[in-house]
Amino acid sequence: MLTFAPRSRTHWALLAVVALVGLGWMALTRAPVEKTTAGPPPAPKQGFSAPDFTLQTLDGQQITLHALRGKVVVINFWATWCSPCKAEMPAMQQVYEAYRTQGLEILAITVERDTAAIEAFVQQYGLTFPILLDSETMAARQYQVHGTPTTFFVDRQGVIRWVVVGGPMSEGLLRSKVETLLKEAP
Amino acid sequence: MLPYLNIGPVMVQLPGLALLLGVWLGMELAARQAVRLGLSGERVVNVVFWGLGVGAVAARLGYAARYPDAFLASPLSLFSLNPQTLDPWVGLVAGVVAAWAYGQRRGLPLRPTLDALAPGLATFAVFVGVAHVLSGDAYGMPTSLPWGIELWGAKRHPTQFYEVLLTTGVLAWVGEQGRKARGDGTLFLSTVGLLAAVRLFVEGFRGDSVTLSYGIRVAQVVAWVVLLAVVWLYPFWRAQASEGHPTTSAAPRGAASRRKARGAKTRRKSR
Repeated sequence: MLTFAPRSRTHWALLAVVALVGLGWMALTRAPVEKTTAGPPPAPKQGFSAPDFTLQTLDGQQITLHALRGKVVVINFWATWCSPCKAEMPAMQQVYEAYRTQGLEILAITVERDTAAIEAFVQQYGLTFPILLDSETMAARQYQVHGTPTTFFVDRQGVIRWVVVGGPMSEGLLRSKVETLLKEAP
Repeated sequence: MLPYLNIGPVMVQLPGLALLLGVWLGMELAARQAVRLGLSGERVVNVVFWGLGVGAVAARLGYAARYPDAFLASPLSLFSLNPQTLDPWVGLVAGVVAAWAYGQRRGLPLRPTLDALAPGLATFAVFVGVAHVLSGDAYGMPTSLPWGIELWGAKRHPTQFYEVLLTTGVLAWVGEQGRKARGDGTLFLSTVGLLAAVRLFVEGFRGDSVTLSYGIRVAQVVAWVVLLAVVWLYPFWRAQASEGHPTTSAAPRGAASRRKARGAKTRRKSR
């Protein structure tokens, strides 16, 4: 007959030792509870605060990331010559139109200098979200962007929740991530 | 940390590449171990293929089911290549069930097949660690220890390197034990147990753990339960192997029945 009781005293002892050592290690290495309310330090990584920046838009306005606290922000690094960027722009525009009134902001950052080419691109794809110019690559360096497209999903508290490197992102991906963040309390 | 390599206009994601390499090398080692245990290497590799294939499809469907509005608005998103729209737990369960069903259908005995997969599992674990080194994921808590590494704005425990070092040790051990494996499933159990122990240990230094109350780390609890299950189960499997339990037979059911049929035919002829 099959029995599931430990087979011997040694088996019992081994189980007890593994159980106790495991419990002890878990207790000893408990994650420290945050003692401050300042939130995580800034870094371009999931779980950290989104590094702050101020950039000029294509139409001459200044936008500071910190000023958008309380909104869900999608930061997208792109370029006019990048094929996956072109492929995901219509989806970004769709999502922007669908969720803008609920508190979504999309910041599309480009490091290119040729504003005529950027304007033509924006016209071609009918983009209505802010296009930020980062010709000095300040934001790109802060966010350690190695290639385009690279996208950061930032929650209402200013914390990066997902990073998507490469593309194109599907509309389903954009909608699902944005919906999740919008549902969270401000 | 080297997450991407720009080759001309193409941005190669090195962590993803490391994972693919881990799957490929893991399947190679699993196939070799399968042959050593008297199984069909091709069938054992197919177990992995079925697991991965069905797992990937189920993971996408599972994710879409969680966000029906998003995917109803854009049904073509179901076919996108974005790994961010996968539900890993649904994928894992479906993949394991599919792999098991394929093995059953092809007459692969459970425990020898698991032993054949053990070196592949250990190899994949090493490459998961390599992917973490490259991406900077699974990072450690801040530390003042001399071997701490600068990452994400602080000097941290190099948990990714701990992971690679320890899983490489597990792989070396599995490689050594694999030569003596009898196909009773204990090589697989040992591998799972050791990998769980590595996770239990390394997770204690992580700076990005998901926690329960009082800072108890979820991954440590899961690894602890798995480790206890392995320690509990090991003597039973060992004993059943020496008693000749049917699931420990190294010969595939199909091959065994074919041999039996051939034997019967030969006996009939000789009469």
